[in-house]
Amino acid sequence: MSDNTAHGEPELVQLLTPDGELIDHPDYPLEIGPEDIRGLYRDLVLVRRVDTEAVALQRQGELGLWASLLGQEAAQIGSARALRPQDTAFPSYREHGVAWVRGVEPKALLGMWRGVSNGGWDPAQHGLQLYTIVIGSQTLHATGYAMGVQRDGATGEDGSAVIVYFGDGATSQGDTSEAFNFAAVNNAPVVFFLQNNQWAISEPPERQARVPLYRRAAGFGFPGVRIDGNDVFASLAVTRKAMQQAREGQGPMLIEAFTYRMGAHTTNDDPTRYRVAAELEEWKAKDPILRLRAHIQQQGLGDDDFFTEVENEADRLGERLRSECRSLPDPDPLDIFHEVYAEPNTQLDLQRAEFADYLASFEDAGAEGGR
Amino acid sequence: MSVNLTIGKAINAGLRRAMEADPKVLVMGEDVGRLGGVFRVTDQLHKDFGADRVIDTPLAESGIVGTAIGLALRGYRPVCEIQFDGFFFPATNQSFTQLAKMRRRSAGALSVPVVLRIPYGGGIGAVEHHSESPEAYFAHTAGLRVVTVANAVDAYWMIQQAITSQDPVVFFEPKRRYYDKADVDTDASPDSALPMGAARVARPGTDATLLAYGPMVKTALQAAEADTDHSLEVVDLRSISPVDYATVEESVRRTGRLVITHEAPVSGGVGGEIAARITESCFYHLEAPVIRVGAFDTPYPQSRLEEHYLPDLDRILDGVDRAFTY
Ligand SMILES: Cc1ncc(C[n+]2csc(CCOP(=O)(O)OP(=O)(O)O)c2C)c(N)n1
Repeated sequence: MSDNTAHGEPELVQLLTPDGELIDHPDYPLEIGPEDIRGLYRDLVLVRRVDTEAVALQRQGELGLWASLLGQEAAQIGSARALRPQDTAFPSYREHGVAWVRGVEPKALLGMWRGVSNGGWDPAQHGLQLYTIVIGSQTLHATGYAMGVQRDGATGEDGSAVIVYFGDGATSQGDTSEAFNFAAVNNAPVVFFLQNNQWAISEPPERQARVPLYRRAAGFGFPGVRIDGNDVFASLAVTRKAMQQAREGQGPMLIEAFTYRMGAHTTNDDPTRYRVAAELEEWKAKDPILRLRAHIQQQGLGDDDFFTEVENEADRLGERLRSECRSLPDPDPLDIFHEVYAEPNTQLDLQRAEFADYLASFEDAGAEGGR
Repeated sequence: MSVNLTIGKAINAGLRRAMEADPKVLVMGEDVGRLGGVFRVTDQLHKDFGADRVIDTPLAESGIVGTAIGLALRGYRPVCEIQFDGFFFPATNQSFTQLAKMRRRSAGALSVPVVLRIPYGGGIGAVEHHSESPEAYFAHTAGLRVVTVANAVDAYWMIQQAITSQDPVVFFEPKRRYYDKADVDTDASPDSALPMGAARVARPGTDATLLAYGPMVKTALQAAEADTDHSLEVVDLRSISPVDYATVEESVRRTGRLVITHEAPVSGGVGGEIAARITESCFYHLEAPVIRVGAFDTPYPQSRLEEHYLPDLDRILDGVDRAFTY
């Protein structure tokens, strides 16, 4: 395949074909045993279930909004499984698979979309920062964090590195270019993990850039590689190597996972306005889950019982998520004033007290039979 | 011809008419093309005017405003859509240090007639950064005109006035009111429309003036309706910068009381500025201090709390009550 077109599929690193065949790659050895392969499959299926349930919950009015990861499971699971506990990941807002791998409770993911919190998990505990809505912002945070890791001497063979997730649209932001540059000139231990899911809401990559996105790295002075983003093995092996190189002092790397957002941008979006159905059909044939399933079957790594068990587990997870979502309590109104400042703030204290009185006046009025 | 239009459709019709009238008018922004914008305000314009005039830009707000400045310097009239209030901030540098100051810097030699359309405000159950009311930042920046609309008639005319203005105009669209409808006479002469800089008495009254703009005008009107004890006059500010003080003062001199409401936090907000000015100019006519009813000095909260954060009818009436305790 040639690399001439800006956004066709130039050579991409692929270790697992859509038919489930393994391909050896000289630069990216796949070191993985049968148990881990089954584990990856389980991850992919369960994360897809979390996503499907969340979309359904939004339709039922339980969530205000949801950004679906459908189709991007392999990119996220593979890359996140390449991380060590001491690594830190900076997500955008669609990284439910990364959150899953980092041990964030699925119900915690729903908080922001349900409108009960702005985050939902402890970033330090999970090595996963909070979701970022303002496009591209997190690329700079990750780079700065990596500069800190570097200064702390926390890198090295057994050390840690940083990974940041962002989309094809995000590559257009000034912040992202600035992050590339800061990372390069500081040789920071950060891996830029770009999920090119082909659409930034309604805009295709051609509206964002004239060159394949992985090539952006070269201009900043670090390597970029495009991988088959629907291939969980490629995602795992390439990210492992990039993280290891980063922590060993070889600086940043850009990984462009060439993948596809099979659903709508968010539950508010109507993709029929800007893309043709045939495109989706084409990508369905490259489904990340089907190909790993085919591989497991071909290699005899799992029997029917295995697949049934994973399916049952997904059902149980879905059920749990539905009830957990409904029982996420609404915050207390006075929560509006919490955690705005670390230090005492008299102005806010005053407003809080006034608001508490105001709320109480309704209770009093209620007791007296109305206003 | 009088057509019943939502605010969103009225802006769309106004954009269309401006584009037909002047080939230099361009629409640009993220997803404004085939999608018609996430709120569909630019619906069908791409199909009818083509990709050269309805430009799907890269996802970069600084780029959008910065290139709009360049296009304007070259004689075009770009109308930029910023997808949501909270995403304007990457464009602050271009807007505040460049767009706002070009005319002054060039001693009047340069004009940058750029319009920045920003859907703003809360009340739609959105996630972070989708519900903010950042108008005070803009009003604090000299060189920009800042307007907002509360009904479809104003939406239709003011977007056209903003586009023909020689000054850069920040055009705030109250997103939770996009679907509110009104009859718009699209055949009327543009001269018949109220000028963009003027405030408007939306409901006459005698006991107190309720000042609101954008999304809060509807709530203020409801509050005035609900208050059977007082006759409340509602003034729709329309232009946040410059403020039409003549209209506000005239109303306050008659009613003797002023209650200002907006969605933005009270501290450092537009209401405080107006309160100070009215206190100076109408001191001997005021029966009570100017009261402000706005949001708390906190980030916009998670959506399950926004009903508590946004001033509602009860909060406004509470403010009115306070004005009558003096
Ligand atoms: C600074 C900023 N501008 C605009 C938006 C609105 N917006 C949300 S997602 C999105 C598209 C993002 O596309 P991409 O970076 O490719 O990520 P994807 O959603 O495809 O994962 C846009 C324009 C935003 N969140 N932040």
